[in-house]
Amino acid sequence: MSEFESAPASTPLLAVENLHKTFDMHALGDKRVVGLEDVSFAVERGEFLAVVGESGSGKSSLLKCLYRTYEPSSGRVLYAGPNGTVDLASCDDRTVIDLRTKAIGYTSQFLDEIPRVPAVDVVARPLHEGGMAVDAARERAEMLLSRLRLPEALWEAYPATFSGGERQRVNLAQAIAPKPRLLLLDEPTSALDPETRAAAIDLLREFLDDGTTIVGVFHNRDVVEAVADRVVVLEDARVREIGPVEAFDREVIA
Amino acid sequence: MSLLEGADLTKIYGDGCESCRARTGDSAGTNQCPVCGSVVACADVNLSVAEGEVLGIVGESGSGKSSLAETLALAADDGGEGESGSRIEGEIRYAGHEGNLLEVDYETRHRLRNGDISLVHQHVRDGLELDFSGGGNVAEKLLSAGWRNYEAVRERVRSLFEETEIPVGRMDDPTHTYSGGMQRRVQIARALANDPAVVVLDEPTTGLDVSVQARVLDTFRRVQREEGVAAIVVSHDLGVVRLLADRTLVMRHGRVVESGLTDRIMEDPHHEYTQTLINSVI
Amino acid sequence: MTETDRPETTPTDAVDSALESLSDDGLEGYNYAYLDEHTKREVRRSILKAIAVPGHQVPYASRPMPLARGWGTGGIQASLSILGPEDTFKVIDQGADESVNAANIRRLATETAGVETTTDTTDADVIQTRHRIPEEVVTDDQILVLQVPITDALRTVDSSDAANRRRHAHKNYGKMWVHLYENVVEWGEINIAARYPTMVAGRYLMDPSPIPRWDVPKLDDADALFVFAAGREARIYAVPPHTAVEPLAFEDRSFQVERFPDQACDVCGSTDTYLTEVDDASESAGSTGSRGGIDGSGGSRGGIDDDGGSDAAETETGSDAGDDGRRYVCNDTSFCHKRRSNPDLPRDHHLDRDDVDWGPGTTAADRGGEST
Repeated sequence: MSEFESAPASTPLLAVENLHKTFDMHALGDKRVVGLEDVSFAVERGEFLAVVGESGSGKSSLLKCLYRTYEPSSGRVLYAGPNGTVDLASCDDRTVIDLRTKAIGYTSQFLDEIPRVPAVDVVARPLHEGGMAVDAARERAEMLLSRLRLPEALWEAYPATFSGGERQRVNLAQAIAPKPRLLLLDEPTSALDPETRAAAIDLLREFLDDGTTIVGVFHNRDVVEAVADRVVVLEDARVREIGPVEAFDREVIA
Repeated sequence: MSLLEGADLTKIYGDGCESCRARTGDSAGTNQCPVCGSVVACADVNLSVAEGEVLGIVGESGSGKSSLAETLALAADDGGEGESGSRIEGEIRYAGHEGNLLEVDYETRHRLRNGDISLVHQHVRDGLELDFSGGGNVAEKLLSAGWRNYEAVRERVRSLFEETEIPVGRMDDPTHTYSGGMQRRVQIARALANDPAVVVLDEPTTGLDVSVQARVLDTFRRVQREEGVAAIVVSHDLGVVRLLADRTLVMRHGRVVESGLTDRIMEDPHHEYTQTLINSVI
Repeated sequence: MTETDRPETTPTDAVDSALESLSDDGLEGYNYAYLDEHTKREVRRSILKAIAVPGHQVPYASRPMPLARGWGTGGIQASLSILGPEDTFKVIDQGADESVNAANIRRLATETAGVETTTDTTDADVIQTRHRIPEEVVTDDQILVLQVPITDALRTVDSSDAANRRRHAHKNYGKMWVHLYENVVEWGEINIAARYPTMVAGRYLMDPSPIPRWDVPKLDDADALFVFAAGREARIYAVPPHTAVEPLAFEDRSFQVERFPDQACDVCGSTDTYLTEVDDASESAGSTGSRGGIDGSGGSRGGIDDDGGSDAAETETGSDAGDDGRRYVCNDTSFCHKRRSNPDLPRDHHLDRDDVDWGPGTTAADRGGEST
C-alpha cells in the first residue's frame, strides 16, 4: 500500500501528547471522574505497543480515546496519515469515520451485535462495502475464521448464539480483515483457549510483518511477551513507565 | 461536501411571538411558549448528512425529532407554510439543487421527494395505500417518475421486493393483507424505488415485534450500504440508532442538546440529558 | 324554486291552486331558451374558459332545472345557452334518440328556443348526448354537448376533490397510473369499461363521461367542439377541435376498444359499429321501458322496431342468434336506420374527404381488415 511511504519514516505513526480525559457525571451531582491524566507516548510504524496496568488504570479509556469513542478532554493524538497529520482528539467526526473505514481498526472484548447476520458475513460485509468483490470478501473471511479456529459449522450461524470465545474470534477477524494501518485491540483474546490464542498471535505477527501498527491491551502476559515490542504501563490514569518489553518483569506485564 | 444540510431549522405550531425561542428549549424545560402558547417543535437545528452517511436523531416523544424529519423530507405540502398552522424557518441545502429547499415550488418539491429525498413514514397508513397491492405501492413511485412500460415496472418492483426480502409471490396481494414487518419493507422498497440520494426513516420500528424489528433494520442496513444511499434515522430507540447511524443528534424540547459519533454519544455522553437517556436504557 | 321570482299573489298554502294559476300562462313569461340571460352568459363564459384550457374543469353557477339533477341538467344548460333559433338540435340518450328523457329534452328546446330537431347526426348543429358519440363523423360546424355524471377522472382513485384539484394543478397523475397498473395486474390488460381516463393536450387528465372505450378515439384531433357539462357538480370542460386526446395506457399494454368478434348488427348487418347485446326474452315481452333506464339499448330497439315491426319480428325468429336468445344490434339507432337502407354507407359519407379517422372501423384500412 502506497500510503505507507507517504510520510517521513522518522515521524511516529501515532503521537499521544498530554492526553486528559475526565467524565462529568451529571446524575451524580456533577461528580468528576478522571480517566486519563497527562498521558504521552509515541507509537512507531510497524510497532506493537502493549498497554498494561491494573484494572481501572485507564487502559480501555486510552484505546477508546485513540479511536474517539471517548472524546479526549484535552491533549493531542497525532496520527500521521497519508494525507498529512490528523489530530484524532479534535478533528471533525467525518474525518474520524473516514479513518475508521480506511485505516484504523478497533476491537473490544465485546462483539457489537448485528442481528441475523451469519458470522462469515459479519467479517466479509465490511470488506465488500469497502469495494472487494463478494466472493473474494467471503473467501478472506473464511480464511481468517479458519485461522482463528472457528469451527466451519459456525460460519453460517449467527454470532448471537455463540459462546464468548467464539464471538471473540469473529470480532477479531472482523477488525483485522480490512488490514488496517493501525489496529487498536482491547483484550481481544481474553476468552480464547490457549491453542486459539496461539493462532491469534501468529496472525497478528503476520500483520505486523505486513506493516500494520498495533496498540493493544492484553490480559495475558504470554501474548504480550510473544508479540509486543514495547510496553506502556498505566497506573491511576497516568503513564507509570514505558519501555521495551524485555525491560519489564513478568509481574508488571500481568 | 455535505449532501444535505439543514441550517437554523425551526418549526413552530401556532402564531408564535418574540419570546418563543427564548422561553422554550432545553434550558426552559418545555417546548411550549408560556407567553403565546405556541409549540416550538424544533428550533435552530443545524445538521448535515454526507453521501452514504447515516445520521441518527434520538430523543423522547415530543422532542421534535419527527417534525424535524418531516421538514427534512419536504413532507409539508405547501412549502414554508406547514400543515395545521405551523411555520417552518431556516434553510435546507441539497447538493442536487440550488437554493433553499424550503422555498421551492410544489412541482420541484414533488420531484425531489419522488426521486431524491424519500421518507419512510412512522405510520404505515401515511406512507402506503393499503387497498393497493404491495407491488402497486412500490410501482407508484416509478410511475410518478414517468415509467410507462408495464413489464419494466414489474421487473423493477420484483427486484426491489427481492432486495428488501419481501416474498415476490405476495407482490399482487392487497397491502392490508401484509404483516407489519412486510408493510415496513414495502415502505422501504418504495422509498428506494427511484434510487434516492437520501432516505429519511421516521421511527422505522414502531409497532413491530422485537424479532421483526431486528430483521427490518438489518435489511435496511444492508441495502443502505450496498446502494450507498444516505439516511436520516429518527428513533426514540437508542438500539436502532446504534445499529444504523454513523453520527447522532440528541434532541430535547425541540433543541439539539448533543451531537457526535454514535459510539461516542453512547459511551461518552456529555450532556446531562444524554447521560440520563443512555443510563435509562442500560 | 327561485324565491325572488315567486309571484306575490300566488297562494302558498295550496299547491294545486298554485299550479292552476300557472297553467294558463303556458310558456308566457319564460325567457328565450328557458334560461335567463344571466345564466346563459355565465354558462357561455364558462364554456369559453373551458375551451381556452382544454380538459380543465371550470366551475359555473349551475341552475336548478325542471328535471332532477343527474338527468342531464348540465347538458341542458349548456345546450340551451348555445342554441340559436336557426339551429337544429339532436338529443341522444345512450345512442338512441327515442328515449323518454331525450324526447323531453328535445321538446323543451323546441318549445322554449324554437329550434328544429332532428335524429340525423349529419343534420344537427348541436348534439346533446349521454354516454355516446355518434358513429357518423361530426364536423367543424357541429358542437357536441356531453352530459357528465362524474367530472373528475381522479375520483376513482381518491374521493377527496381538494386533493384531486391539487393533482390536476400540478399534473400529478401517479395515483391514476397505479390504478391502471393494478388493473393490468388483475386482468392482464387495462379493463376500464367506461369513463376511460384520457390526457387532453398533454396537460389535464379528463373524464370523457361514460362513453364506451369505442368512442374515446373520436375525441382525438376531431373537427368538432366537445363540451362536457355536469349540472350536479357544476363543472364544464371542453375539448376544442383538433386537440390531442390520448387515453392513458402503458407502452406494452395499449389502450383497446371493445371487440365484437364475429358479431354483426342484427338489424343492419354492420360490423364496424359499437354493438350492444339485446336480450330477446325481455324484448319479446315488450317491456322496453324497463330496460331503457339501465343501458338504453332496450329503449332504442323499441324505437326501431316500432318503425318496421314485421321486419324485426322476422329477423328475431329467423335470426342466427344463439340458443340463449341474445343478439347484437347497433347502439347508434340513427345510423343503424340509415344502414338498413344502405348497408355500405360509410361513416364519413357526408364529407368531401374520405378516410376520416373517427374511431374504430372508420378508415379504409379498418374496413379492409374487417372484410377478410
